[in-house]
Amino acid sequence: MTPYRLWRRYDRLLGPDSASDVKDELRFHLEAKIDDLVTQGWEPETARQEAERRFGNFRNVQQIGEHIGGKMERRKRLKEYWSDLLQDLRYTFRTLGRDPGFTVVSVLILTLAIGANIAVFSVVNTLLLRPLPFPHPEELVRIHQWNPTAGESTMTYSTDAMEGFQEKTRFFAQVTGYFAFSGPDNVRLIGNGQPQPITGRTVAGNFFSTLGVTPVLGRNFSPEETVKNGRPVVLLSYPFWKRQFGANPDIVGRTIDLDGTQTTVVGVLPDSFDFGAIFSPGARVDVFSPAILSDMEDWGNTMDLYGRLKPGVTLGQAQAEADTIFPTLFNNNKHPDRGGEYDAGLFGLKESVSGKLRQSLIVLWCAVGMIMLIACVNLSNLLLARAAVRAKEFAMRAALGSGRARIVRQLLTECLVLSLSGALLGLGLAWALVAWLAHQGSIALPLLSSLQIDGAALGWTLFIAIAASILFGLAPGIRLASANLQTVMKDGGHGASDGRSHQRLRSVLVVSEIALACVLLVGAGLLLRSFLHVLDVNLGFEPSHAAAISVSYDDGGYAAKRGPILQQIIQRVEQIPGVESAGITDNLPMSTNRSWDFVPKGWDWRKQDATQDTFVYVVTPGYLHSIGMRIVEGRDIRWDDNQKSQAVVIINQTIANYLWPGQNPIGKIADAGGAEAQVIGVVADVHETNAETKAGWQMYVSETAPQYGPAGANLVIRTKLPPASLASAVMAVLRQINPAQPASEFKPIQMLVDHASSPRRFFVMLVAVFAILGLLLAALGIYGVISYSITRRTQEIGIRMALGATAGLVQREIVLNTLRLAVGGIALGAIVSLASARLIASILFATSPWDPTSYGDMILTLVAVALASSYLPARRASRINPLIALRNQ
Amino acid sequence: MDSAKLELFRGTLDVLILKALVWGPLHGYGITSLIRRQSDDALLVEEGTLYPALWRLENKGLLKGEWGLSENNRKAKFYRLTAGGRSQLLREVKTWDAYAMAVAKVLGATQPPLPEEG
Repeated sequence: MTPYRLWRRYDRLLGPDSASDVKDELRFHLEAKIDDLVTQGWEPETARQEAERRFGNFRNVQQIGEHIGGKMERRKRLKEYWSDLLQDLRYTFRTLGRDPGFTVVSVLILTLAIGANIAVFSVVNTLLLRPLPFPHPEELVRIHQWNPTAGESTMTYSTDAMEGFQEKTRFFAQVTGYFAFSGPDNVRLIGNGQPQPITGRTVAGNFFSTLGVTPVLGRNFSPEETVKNGRPVVLLSYPFWKRQFGANPDIVGRTIDLDGTQTTVVGVLPDSFDFGAIFSPGARVDVFSPAILSDMEDWGNTMDLYGRLKPGVTLGQAQAEADTIFPTLFNNNKHPDRGGEYDAGLFGLKESVSGKLRQSLIVLWCAVGMIMLIACVNLSNLLLARAAVRAKEFAMRAALGSGRARIVRQLLTECLVLSLSGALLGLGLAWALVAWLAHQGSIALPLLSSLQIDGAALGWTLFIAIAASILFGLAPGIRLASANLQTVMKDGGHGASDGRSHQRLRSVLVVSEIALACVLLVGAGLLLRSFLHVLDVNLGFEPSHAAAISVSYDDGGYAAKRGPILQQIIQRVEQIPGVESAGITDNLPMSTNRSWDFVPKGWDWRKQDATQDTFVYVVTPGYLHSIGMRIVEGRDIRWDDNQKSQAVVIINQTIANYLWPGQNPIGKIADAGGAEAQVIGVVADVHETNAETKAGWQMYVSETAPQYGPAGANLVIRTKLPPASLASAVMAVLRQINPAQPASEFKPIQMLVDHASSPRRFFVMLVAVFAILGLLLAALGIYGVISYSITRRTQEIGIRMALGATAGLVQREIVLNTLRLAVGGIALGAIVSLASARLIASILFATSPWDPTSYGDMILTLVAVALASSYLPARRASRINPLIALRNQ
Repeated sequence: MDSAKLELFRGTLDVLILKALVWGPLHGYGITSLIRRQSDDALLVEEGTLYPALWRLENKGLLKGEWGLSENNRKAKFYRLTAGGRSQLLREVKTWDAYAMAVAKVLGATQPPLPEEG
């Protein structure tokens, strides 16, 4: 055999061709056979026929050959691919290991960026993208009145209206609801030892079946348990079952004592059902009891309404139907003369749970995306710096026969290894963040407790890791691969030629990095200023140095007995050293609320504007002072404000200014909550739900008035001492008066305020952290580029210094250079920020999206950071010793 | 004995091919003639089985095919034993010897086996 490899090199220029190889091989066989036959004396033509005859089925053999050949070819290609990949990986680990500084810095940057991205994605996914944890969640609908002016009472419906709608609707499979006015710790669990306060919710009998929630143990409420005089029953929430009953399955069927009533536990709800997470963020619920609707029909609007649409019904159809049905419903079927005046807005449950947060979440997502971009730009920059150093190495590889594609692939492998390492560590970071966030019960965000790193988050991680590696690796890769071999080799990687375009690319990167950081800073600045404005709002009360504790007392249902008991409590609590003042209210601000009518006497419906539903608070003397409210005119409630003939009422300034502008409201008579009352005072407006919404109409009536009934009791004390230190003394007083007083803790009023502003605090905190991260990365980028350019220009600087340039001059030039980059970036970033102002405007509070202070601060910060990060390299440059610099060359 | 009727046992062709290549690289036609001449025309390898067997062995990595020029200057595919092919051949020869010996013992027996003990 004479091998002729050279010939083979050109034989298959277009790649291997196994089919024609098979044909060639078989043809050779035939020809060799014919030759032999001819030598044996056959005629050439008959020899051919004979050879073909002896061969048999030529085509068949050929097909087998092609099949096997194709298989071999594929396997070979796969093997080459893997061996190339392994080679690339080995090479990558070697090069990265040789440069641990670079590796650690880039993996760290990627870890922070990817970790932040995963965490935010998990939040966005949980709150916005992932469907609610119910079967067919798209069918679930929240129903509330269109224009709620006074809190819950103006969003809810009466039980008769709920039942009426259930009867008339054709588009809803089920209509359900829950009692809207339950506060925390509203039930006493009486067992061994002291009564324990727990939180109960009263829900319509079909509440869980409508949602599609099945108890893990036991069963749902049965119809006979939802009627008058039915057997009292409860369902336990999963965490309560675990905490209180040690997850004992035998509890089902047993009775527990709730507020003195023997109540049968019929079941335990699944762990996945978190009432608070969906219906009242940040609240915990322990037990659920069925609503006895016939008992509640005289209570007015009490039910938060939900429903499940029949399959295939659209929200629009249901809305059209609701628009015709709701105006025909009565508040109370016994009084059809008092119209319900209902309307109804239908909202997808998901939309009503997290719709308000959409804008904030999008902003957050953008912010974290920008962090990712900054990180990529930074990595690109670092890689470019390395590329310059490695140019010679790659030129060498190219000269030895590596294709360009192969070199780019090698680089991309390096990038992929970096970003996957970053992603892995980032996952750890995100996992910690998410676990921490999921346990922040004090943040009033829905669904937060179900936060977790799930499959979608893992997919997203992989996606951003790969996208990032392509993003930051491609530019340096192409640049390297397209470098001119000869120049690079000749230059020894130190010529000026490398500098120009290389440096320009890196400058562009730095400018874009500063621009991104600038957008982030502006956003964070605007949000921060909004938050400060929120904190600055005059709430109408003084949350600091005030604390509340839930009080239980036994008045047997008589208003006349209530007064002396409460008076006794307050007097004795006020005697405790350190307590400045004490008072009792039923509802605390920024907590639960309810509303009644407030109509001035002689108000003419036909001529005058409608009055508004009015937040009502049933309070004792001293409460207004203890919570820190300001009486603008008139006097506080007194213990003797208990006349049967006429009640007294204190109104807020909003009512006074609306009804009696320019007049003295004191002494005016009005119908307040269905009873005639005289206005005895005016208080400054209180932000009753949160600092960001305007105050509505508010009134305060006396606890001792026989006309009114309080909805619970909260004792508020004002003290300069930490409230917890007074707890035992206060509790002792309460126990003396009512031995059944459950053990509960003081809640600082500040906590209620913080809870109300917690979503904003949460977003501000995150965006601020991202802005700082972005700023750090940008600083790192600036430092890297400037410091690198000085290394490259050591020789040039040396010459100039030898020719007489002073250290100051060199420094100034470098700093000016940096400033030029910074100004470019800031200008670009400012333009982007101004253009995207609309995105953020809707989540700002009392702050313009073009707020000059925020922009000014941003510019100052960025310039300062740019100067600081160029100072070190500039100082190094000015210390270059011309002699050494020149000799090194 | 009619040579054309001497059918190859399954799997025997593989070991014959491996053996044929022990002396050096050969193309497919060379392998058939080598086997034919070495067996004194007793074994005729058909093309329809030879080539698939060659490709299979190549696919298994026991042979390596290379293009070269034949004696009369034609382009031909030569097969060469790989290291794996060589050790495979050793193993197969051993198995074959053991098998042949066992068969020969049975066929050449002149008396029934002794009764087994224990």
